[in-house]
Amino acid sequence: MIDFLRQVYYVAWGDIRFLRHNFHNIMLMSIMSPLLYLIAFGYGLRSGTTDIGVSYVAFVIPGIVALSSMSSSFSSTATRMNVQRLYYKSFDEMMMCPLSMGAIVLGKCMLGLTRGMIGCTFLYVLGLFLAPELHLSIGFFGCMILSCIMFAMLGMMAALLAKSHQSMNVFNSLVVLPMTFLCGTFFSVSSLPVVFQAILYCLPLTHSSLCLRAAALPEYLSFPWLSLGLMFVFAVLFFCINHHLLKTRKI
Amino acid sequence: MDSIISINGLVKRFGEKVAVNGLDLEIGRGELFGFLGPNGAGKTTTIRCISTLTNFDSGRIVVNGFDLRDDAKSAKECMGLIQQQVSLDKDLTIRENMISHAMYHMIGKRDRNRRIEELSEYFGLGEYLDKPVDSLSGGWKKRAAIVCAMLHEPDVLFLDEPTSGLDINARRLLWDVVTNLNKKGTTIILTTHYIEEAEALCDRVGIIDHGRMIALDTPEALCDSIGSIAVEYMENGRTHYEYFGTREDANAYVSSLNIDSDITIRRTSLEDVFVKLTGSSAEVLR
Repeated sequence: MIDFLRQVYYVAWGDIRFLRHNFHNIMLMSIMSPLLYLIAFGYGLRSGTTDIGVSYVAFVIPGIVALSSMSSSFSSTATRMNVQRLYYKSFDEMMMCPLSMGAIVLGKCMLGLTRGMIGCTFLYVLGLFLAPELHLSIGFFGCMILSCIMFAMLGMMAALLAKSHQSMNVFNSLVVLPMTFLCGTFFSVSSLPVVFQAILYCLPLTHSSLCLRAAALPEYLSFPWLSLGLMFVFAVLFFCINHHLLKTRKI
Repeated sequence: MDSIISINGLVKRFGEKVAVNGLDLEIGRGELFGFLGPNGAGKTTTIRCISTLTNFDSGRIVVNGFDLRDDAKSAKECMGLIQQQVSLDKDLTIRENMISHAMYHMIGKRDRNRRIEELSEYFGLGEYLDKPVDSLSGGWKKRAAIVCAMLHEPDVLFLDEPTSGLDINARRLLWDVVTNLNKKGTTIILTTHYIEEAEALCDRVGIIDHGRMIALDTPEALCDSIGSIAVEYMENGRTHYEYFGTREDANAYVSSLNIDSDITIRRTSLEDVFVKLTGSSAEVLR
C-alpha cells in the first residue's frame, strides 16, 4: 500500500511542479470562471426566494461550487493529459516505466483535484459571506473532494480517448457544456419535465449539485445519500475505464 | 547467441492493415542493432510493441528473459526508449524531467541525484539542468532525453530515429554517445532513415518491409549478398545501378557499355542493398 501511494506521488510530482511554476495563472484561472458565474447568475439573474425557502444566492452558490469542481478538475486534468500524450509524448515515457496502472490513474488526477479544490474553496468561502444561510461542514468538503476526483477521472478519460485536440473540444461541447447549464446548478432539476429529469439523473454533475446543495443547506434539504452513492459509483466507474484503457493500450 | 530480445511470430494489426506480419528476430546481448525500412514498413510499431507502448495481436516477445505477456513490469525495468520526437515535458525544466523519470523507476533520492549529476556531466548538460526544455536546441534536448532514458541503467536502449532533424555536428556527437554506451555493454536498437548511419554504427542490420524481415545480417554481409562492387551510370536521364561479385566482372560490364555519360565503379553500400531489396528509391532520396 505504501509502495502504491509512493507511486501515486511520483506520478503526480511532475504536475505538482507544473502547478508551482504556474501558480499565479492557475489560481487566477481557478477562481475567475466561478466568480463570473456567481456574478452573472447569483446577482445578474437573482430572483428573491426559492421554493425551499432560501435566497436564490444561497441556492445557486452550492450549484456553482459543483460546476466549478467539474470545470476546474475536468479541464486541468484533460488539458494537461492531452498535451502530454499527444504533443509532448511524455506520457509514453510514463507508460514505459514499471508503475501500476492504478497509480498512474490516481496520480494524474491529483492536479485536477488540487485545482478544483482551490477554486471551490475560494468560491464557497466567498459564498459564506454573501449568503448567511450556507453552512460550512466536513460533509460539504467531503462531497467537494469526491466531486473533484470524479470529474478529474472523467477528464482523464476524455484525454485518453481523444485522438486530437479537436476531439477534446467535441467532448467539451457535447458532454461538459450541457452539464454546466442543465444539471441542477442554476435551477432545481425537479422543475423540469420527467423525461428530462430521467436524462439528467444519469449525469454526474446532477448528483454533485444535489449533494453539495444539501450539505450546504442542511436545515432546508435532506441529504441525498443515493446521489452520494452514485457519485462514488461514477468515480469508481471512471477509474475502471481509465485503468482498462491504459492496461489494454487502447489509447 | 545470448539473446536479450527474442521475438517470435509477432503480428500487429491496425484495423485491416497488418503493420507487423509474423516477425521473427533475435537480438544479442550487447549488440548494436539497426532497424531499417521504408516509411510504414513496421519499424516503429515493432519498437513500440517491444517497449510495451502498443499491444500486439499475436506472437511472443521476451526481453531479458521476461515474457511481455506474463511479466511486462520486469521487462520495463530493463528497457529505455528515446522516441523520434523528444518526449520531454516542456512545462518542466531538464532537471525536473530527469527527476520525474527517475521517480517513475522508483529510484531513491540519493541515487537519482547522483546519477543525474554523473550523466549530466558525461553528456555536458550540467549548465542546462535548471533551464526550461524549450530553451535548448534539438541536439541538447536529444541528449537530455538520452540521460532520462539512461537514469535507470537499462540493459536495452531503443533509439527511434535519434538523429532526425539534427545538424551534422549534433548527429556526430550522438553517434559517439551511442557507440560509447554500446561499448559499456548496453544493447542498442536503432531505427533510422540515415542508412549510412546504420552502416557506420551497427553490428547487424535488419531490413523490414510490409511488416516482414526481408534481410538480416552484418552490413558487410548484406552488401556482399547483392554484389560487393557497384557500377553506377546515367542513361536516358535515369541513373542505373548494377552489382557484381568482383571488380573484374564490373570492369568487363563497363567495357561492354556503349554510352557517353560518366560511369562510376565503387563499393556497394547499405543504401544500395536497401534500394534493391525494398525498391524504395524515393525513401533514399529523402
